[in-house]
Amino acid sequence: MSVNTRFLDDFIANDVSFITSVPCKQLAGVIEEIETREEIYHIPCNKEDEGIGLCAGAFLGGKRSAIIMQNTAIGVSINALVTLTQFYRMPLPMLISYRGELGEPVACQVEMAIHTKALLDRLLIPTYHFHKEEDIEEFDAILKHTFMCNKPVAILTDASFWKGN
Amino acid sequence: MIRSEILYEIAPILSDHLVISNIGLPSQELHLIDDQPTNFYMLGTMGLASSIGLGLSLVQEKKVIAIDGDGAVLSNLGTLPTIANNVANNFILIIIDNGSYGSTGDQPTYAGKKTSLAAIAKACGCENVIECSAEQTSETLKGALASNRMTIIVAKCESGNVKVPVITMDTVAIRDRFMNAVKT
Repeated sequence: MSVNTRFLDDFIANDVSFITSVPCKQLAGVIEEIETREEIYHIPCNKEDEGIGLCAGAFLGGKRSAIIMQNTAIGVSINALVTLTQFYRMPLPMLISYRGELGEPVACQVEMAIHTKALLDRLLIPTYHFHKEEDIEEFDAILKHTFMCNKPVAILTDASFWKGN
Repeated sequence: MIRSEILYEIAPILSDHLVISNIGLPSQELHLIDDQPTNFYMLGTMGLASSIGLGLSLVQEKKVIAIDGDGAVLSNLGTLPTIANNVANNFILIIIDNGSYGSTGDQPTYAGKKTSLAAIAKACGCENVIECSAEQTSETLKGALASNRMTIIVAKCESGNVKVPVITMDTVAIRDRFMNAVKT
């Protein structure tokens, strides 16, 4: 089973029915997979803070939502994460492609990669780093944890994790 | 007419529906005029009222009215293509366009100069866009609700504010009360 299939199976098993996304090369497969699943309304957004707003709306309507994004977007998302998701205590799984790690061909991506964990740590966002393919085994538990504690939770997925997918 | 006068006029119409109101004075004014469990007040995050309203409209059937400002929409212009391409016929976005950043001291926005938010919304693909005067807002909103079609209303009004207290309700109380109102 590919990791893309597994991500979507776990989202659906945890009643996530509304996903917004901004694409990344590493996330192309998982975004393609969403489109094949009738259980999920996929709403591409133009910027990640907009997507966080869409997810908040879906949550207010009683549905579980998630965002798929690149780590470079954490900068533009901070205000929405702090003053909307955290301030109103809303759950939000953030499946994040962790660009700028080993194997990265684009130097600029490293500039944001070195801030990624520090920013998430500073924001007190629980963060899980998927480096090997088997790390996906924790995804189901991470989703359950997110909806239990009503917090944004980050899942960083690096190039080594995506290798071969 | 200024924004608070529009809100006074449309409050009786809003009270039957789910309302997402923009950060700052719009939320504070609505809270003062007619606090309802069906009102979701944004106490932070400029520009996301329309995104929250759209997300809410897409997952449930009750009618949702997002009250936004011209400055807030300008800060999240990407919302308009998303709205246009994800039609929710239970969604109405009212942009109260006073051509200024009211909550921060009435500094002018570009919407009060050369930029037309109604023209932008149309260019983004929104199908039902109505620009109206402040005085026509109430009738326009009633018409949009009766049409059962997703509608963007740009209500042009004068710049200006009245003194209103800040909202002291806790955010978790606001959202819990609102989520219960959505369910019932």
